[in-house]
Amino acid sequence: MARFTPHTDADIQEMLDAIGVETIDDLFADVQPKFEGELDLPPVLSEYEALRDVGELARENVAGFPIFLGAGAYDRITPSAVGAVISRGEFLTSYTPYQPEISQGTLQSIFEFQSIISELTGLEISNASVYDGANAVAEAALMTARLTKRDPKVAVSKGLNPRYREVIETYRVEVVELPFENGATDFSNVPEDVSGVFVQSPNFFGVVEDIAAASEAAHAVGALSVAVCDPISLAVLEAPGNLGADIAVGEAQPLGMPLLFGGPYAGYMATKPEFVRQLPGRICGETVDRDGKLAYVLTLRGREQDIRRARANSNICTNQALTALAATVYTALLGPEGLREVAELSISKAHYLAEKLQASGFTLRYPDAPFLWEFAVEVPDALRVNDALLSNNVVGGLDLGDGAMLIAVTEKRTKKELDDFVEVVRNAG
Amino acid sequence: MLGNLIRDRGREGRRGFTLPKPDTEMNPLESILPKSALRKEKPKLAEVDEPTVIRHYTNLSRQNQGIDTTFYPLGSCTMKHNPRANEAAAAVPGFAGLHPLQHEAQAQGALRVMYELQGFLAEVSGLPAVSLQPLAGAQGELTSILMVKKFFEDAGDEARTTVLVPSTAHGTNPATASMVGFKSKEIGLDEHGCVDVDELRSLVDETTAALMITNPNTCGVFERNIAEIAEILHETGAFLYMDGANMNANMGRMRPAAAGVDIMHYNLHKTFSTPHGGGGPGSGAIACVEKLAPFRPDPVVEKTEDGYAFAAPEKTIGRVTTFHGNFGVLLKAWNYIKMHGPELRDVTDMAVLNANYVRARLRGTYRIPYDELCKHEVVVQPPDGMKALDIAKGLIDHGYHPPTIYFPLVVKEAMLIEPTESESKETLDDFIGAMLELAETSSEDLEAAPTHAPTRRLDETRAARNLKARW
Repeated sequence: MARFTPHTDADIQEMLDAIGVETIDDLFADVQPKFEGELDLPPVLSEYEALRDVGELARENVAGFPIFLGAGAYDRITPSAVGAVISRGEFLTSYTPYQPEISQGTLQSIFEFQSIISELTGLEISNASVYDGANAVAEAALMTARLTKRDPKVAVSKGLNPRYREVIETYRVEVVELPFENGATDFSNVPEDVSGVFVQSPNFFGVVEDIAAASEAAHAVGALSVAVCDPISLAVLEAPGNLGADIAVGEAQPLGMPLLFGGPYAGYMATKPEFVRQLPGRICGETVDRDGKLAYVLTLRGREQDIRRARANSNICTNQALTALAATVYTALLGPEGLREVAELSISKAHYLAEKLQASGFTLRYPDAPFLWEFAVEVPDALRVNDALLSNNVVGGLDLGDGAMLIAVTEKRTKKELDDFVEVVRNAG
Repeated sequence: MLGNLIRDRGREGRRGFTLPKPDTEMNPLESILPKSALRKEKPKLAEVDEPTVIRHYTNLSRQNQGIDTTFYPLGSCTMKHNPRANEAAAAVPGFAGLHPLQHEAQAQGALRVMYELQGFLAEVSGLPAVSLQPLAGAQGELTSILMVKKFFEDAGDEARTTVLVPSTAHGTNPATASMVGFKSKEIGLDEHGCVDVDELRSLVDETTAALMITNPNTCGVFERNIAEIAEILHETGAFLYMDGANMNANMGRMRPAAAGVDIMHYNLHKTFSTPHGGGGPGSGAIACVEKLAPFRPDPVVEKTEDGYAFAAPEKTIGRVTTFHGNFGVLLKAWNYIKMHGPELRDVTDMAVLNANYVRARLRGTYRIPYDELCKHEVVVQPPDGMKALDIAKGLIDHGYHPPTIYFPLVVKEAMLIEPTESESKETLDDFIGAMLELAETSSEDLEAAPTHAPTRRLDETRAARNLKARW
């Protein structure tokens, strides 16, 4: 009998009798070719034994040290209340809210998520999430092609997270590269046939880019502009919608999701109302029930795969509802002032570290570029530096492979950790 | 009156979370950033205290039904019990605090989980090569069809323009084919609800890239001709792709590789209970034959002399995710499989037993369009003149989550019931009792339902016509 199955032998017999067959095997009489052997899997473990294995494997990972890695995923403080809410069985064990009368919890939380994303981005319409940051970027690239009725071809620079660019390319979108100098993208010469112009701000190297310039350049050639933004940064930076961006997308992981070796996170997408029909994924809207009571429901469903099939604007079905809920709860707890504080603490600590490193003789790769909490520093042998940091129980920055290291500083890092970091890097670098 | 939304429950100046006090000098933003880059208006977000946040979302959760609260026989979605050991596994700090870009040497435990899971999924399917990268079933489909596309491009075969899709297919199948740039062509059914082999034979030619089949199909019927279907495709060099949404019916009973399947996706949130989360996160891990293995997304996990390492397959289609899959979901699926071992077959057996029991007991009152052995789910139709929608809403008043309705599209007034292995005979008997009672309920009463839910039926047209998607 299976582990989480209630049937006794008597139950099984009564059910087989009701069906009119003699054995369980008879239920598979129509299956061919049959698998007659036993699956070659490790022997069944009790919960205790399985979790003991999990614990043992966890100890083979390096975790629990201060982390200076970012590059798309950030080691931020998560309030305990986030985990408490998303562990509620009614959220955890439900599925897509196809039956709105008994799914108002999920639906309203999606509505709140959309509202938060709209407020942060300054764009009216947000969807209920997509898989992750890279997929939000790739879906935006496809969206620009549909909206401009051009072939999918987008302009990006080295300022775009290279992993995002790779996923765009996997989705068979052509990519042209814009010049990137002194830490920022040069939008002065955008090809005329692109469907979209991408600007990431803060960019891969932590530098704040000029979204307004990207938008103007895109519109000048009849393309759409897509801003890729860390949602925490939008507590202090101007909303991309106010800088002319047509679409804003990004990774919502910094809003209360654990690092968890890369996922599950959640991608967000927002756009202007006139582009809503080409926005992929689910959208929740407000309505009323028969008694006139305010309620929420999935809407504009004609865009989606289960209705429109081959003519849908994307194949996305399951998205990241539970992690989007985490972002919603995180944002509620922090509020606009809390988000601003997270940003300001991170910025101040990052600048403290950058100044100390410079005072110790290190050079920033882009010393004149305005950055938030991530920056590239010239380090001839990043591998050696990271080894030295690790032996001091610190997870170092990202080795950029060309004599520099990308360092992220969050609100979690203490002055002592930053001072120790400089000490180790100075001795090793 | 107090509004419904979290923002309505706040007041300017309230805070739900306190951060550590600054221990370095706070730089004024104006000294760091150009003024034009700075935000002028603060975002209109909720300003609330923690007690209010917890109460608000707890009360919202109570307007939801999940497997934890309700029998949830949503067809093709495998709403089985979610063992809490899975949640415990993903919360272990050694995993939860692991940054995705930490050096492989610092993530050996995580890489081993991925390596072992690759092996488990290869064993269950019989297909030797696995990718854990896709983040949901639909992305598993997309990844698979991108691999097929790249295979033919690599082979210099430019004629492959078409993907065949049975009329019972999930909507994601044709949508996926379109996204990759294939034309999708629909293929009809035989009297058992299975792919019409004669029609297939007439449609398959040198322009066919693949057939996307679901097995058991979305009528809950096993595609008994699957081996012959695979042969027909293989004769012209086309691939057989299997949508693995229904793998809960196959474990230890049928291995897709033996039936000639070339590539398939799993839904780890369905078959391996990881859970569903109100609509994700999921995982759409794929498994394929050696011929397609070099095209898998970057990265896969390999075992080397120094331990486990990421590698890019030789002719990879590229990355499909920012990092390396929904690792938390992978860890839960790994844990679930470890708690079952070869007894995964019992999971399938009990799931199929439960579905056939529901079929046997509803027969006579409900119409069973394909009344033969079903697998893990069964499609039924309400008595003449009654609507699936009304029965579904009536079930809500009886305390059940309704089955999938109006799908598969080929069955009028379809109700697709998937009980899963988690449910006891008593639960099934009660549910069947409710279904039989609803079949006798007057249409006026049914049209009024639900009356015992957090809301009554909604005005869906109004939501679309006067779109309001934010506060």
